[in-house]
Amino acid sequence: MKAATDKAASAGVQPLAIPTNPALLQRILTAFIRDEVRKVGVERVVVGLSGGVDSALSATLAAAALGAANVLAIKMPYRTSSAESVAHADLVVARTGIPALEVEVTPQVDAYFTRFPDADNMRRGNKMARERMTILYDHSARWKALVLGTSNKTELLLGYGTLYGDMASAINPLGDLYKTQVWALAAHVGVPDAIVHKQPSADLWKGQTDEAELGFGYAEVDALLYLMVDLRYSRAELHAAGFSESFVRRVGDMVRTSQFKRRLPVIAKVSNRTIDRDFRYARDWGR
Amino acid sequence: MTCSEFTVAVAQISPRLGDVDTNLTMYEERARAARGLGADVLVFPELSLTGYFLKDMVSTVALRLDSPEVKRLAALSRKRAQRSSARTFGLIAGIVEETDDYRFYNSALYFEDGALVHVHRKAYLPTYGLFDEGRYFARGDRLRGFDSGFGRSAILICEDMWHPSTVYIAALDHALTVFCPSTSPLRGLTDEQPQDNNARYWELLNSMYAQTFSLFIVYANRVGFEDGVGFWGGSEIVDPNGVRLAKAKYYDEDLIAAQINLKAARRQRVVSPLLRDENLDLTINELLRIRQRDDAATSGRQAERWTAGDARPQAADTRPRSHPGPLRRAKGERRKK
Repeated sequence: MKAATDKAASAGVQPLAIPTNPALLQRILTAFIRDEVRKVGVERVVVGLSGGVDSALSATLAAAALGAANVLAIKMPYRTSSAESVAHADLVVARTGIPALEVEVTPQVDAYFTRFPDADNMRRGNKMARERMTILYDHSARWKALVLGTSNKTELLLGYGTLYGDMASAINPLGDLYKTQVWALAAHVGVPDAIVHKQPSADLWKGQTDEAELGFGYAEVDALLYLMVDLRYSRAELHAAGFSESFVRRVGDMVRTSQFKRRLPVIAKVSNRTIDRDFRYARDWGR
Repeated sequence: MTCSEFTVAVAQISPRLGDVDTNLTMYEERARAARGLGADVLVFPELSLTGYFLKDMVSTVALRLDSPEVKRLAALSRKRAQRSSARTFGLIAGIVEETDDYRFYNSALYFEDGALVHVHRKAYLPTYGLFDEGRYFARGDRLRGFDSGFGRSAILICEDMWHPSTVYIAALDHALTVFCPSTSPLRGLTDEQPQDNNARYWELLNSMYAQTFSLFIVYANRVGFEDGVGFWGGSEIVDPNGVRLAKAKYYDEDLIAAQINLKAARRQRVVSPLLRDENLDLTINELLRIRQRDDAATSGRQAERWTAGDARPQAADTRPRSHPGPLRRAKGERRKK
């Protein structure tokens, strides 16, 4: 009887591991970049290159999709950015052959905070992210290019990003990839090992690492998010799969409370046809 | 005159969302190319004249069947003289159809030799997950085979095929070829195969239906992206043995063609006379029983909700829909033993 039950249970069980299929992802995402960029009538993208694996992957995919000459990398270090980050960004530039530009954000960030010297790390980090955004959008206008996104699904779901900062982009090839998948794809497309295998960090202040700040590892949270979001496991099923009640609650709360970051601002409805509610068009409308 | 050997082509294209003019031009180019390959029938994907995620654009890209655009489509199917003889040509287009009473259907039109021969209106409109068709389209209420210069055929659009009853009805309506224009999104990453999981499921369906109902399946999917949603392509022509006669590229534009010989369906039906053995009475009687049971359950629940003093609907509203009753054969129709 037990054997029969086990067999029945295993027959219906979905694979728990997050699929990566890097060859397919590479194909889909390069086609996506080519298609969504060109239908807007431009040939180029600009991408902020931090030295981390996400932007390295976005830039590498874009170089393959559009040709290296059509991808402009902008390095935007702050005075506290680690030397390693800058070196790793240069490594990506060398590996892909894309043109690069350095625009240090220190002067504009520091000028602002001389007026508000008590600002904490979070406010400073968010300000840096938003300054970088304005630089990317300015260069997208100068260079007739789209801003290429670098936010992955893990950070988008957790709300671990700056609204209108690093979350801002025109198109984002990584938004449906968990960090685990980003790593697998980055290794597959030839992002340098030093970048793929290092501790992820927003590098907003010295010694910062994502996993220390979040309080859990990407591998662990990706496994949970995959079951919770993609496979729609209930809380009871998540506990049965080995995730603690507190971890499930914490991550669930992060996803729920960051929903605002994934939507347009709330619009007060007064007319019969309100943008995004009953005025509905694809973004690719007429493209 | 019906031709039992002919060449079918599928134009696996990436239409521009909401741009009928550009897409019509694309149709014309592909029709020329397909004729160049010797195609007798050319199939375009679902809504490929308009694009898929139309949302509020549905009413602005809709076409009446007497519109100039539909006449241009008809003209694409005109006979062209090839050497000395003019050959019949068939073409399937995917459009938003607007009716006289201003309904909008997700329709596929079959043209032959310059005339509109058959219209299929998508009967199953997916409205879940990333799909929202039920919000924008009226639901088709017919599943009919039709006679063409290439034998009896049926058209089912994408989601229609995910309901096995549609292919079953097409087969029992004597279709030997089922054309399936589709707009199937790529989704479901898996490490089990090079393609996404949706591709795997469709290929399973096409091959299963072809073999189970001993007919040809001509599956026409699109490619390209709309708002980040990609379409996986992989159009295919499958014979009644479940064997692929032609397969288009995954994720890229393509034009494929294969020769169909309807006699292959005959061979398969001799070997496995499944359709001959279909018991319509059994199926219909059981379906009627199930419908009556479900209706009775619904009206029972409604009756419980009405308490004394509430205005009751007219009696006629609460009764189960009238049914023709258990199936009986008309006199003289009884099979001879």
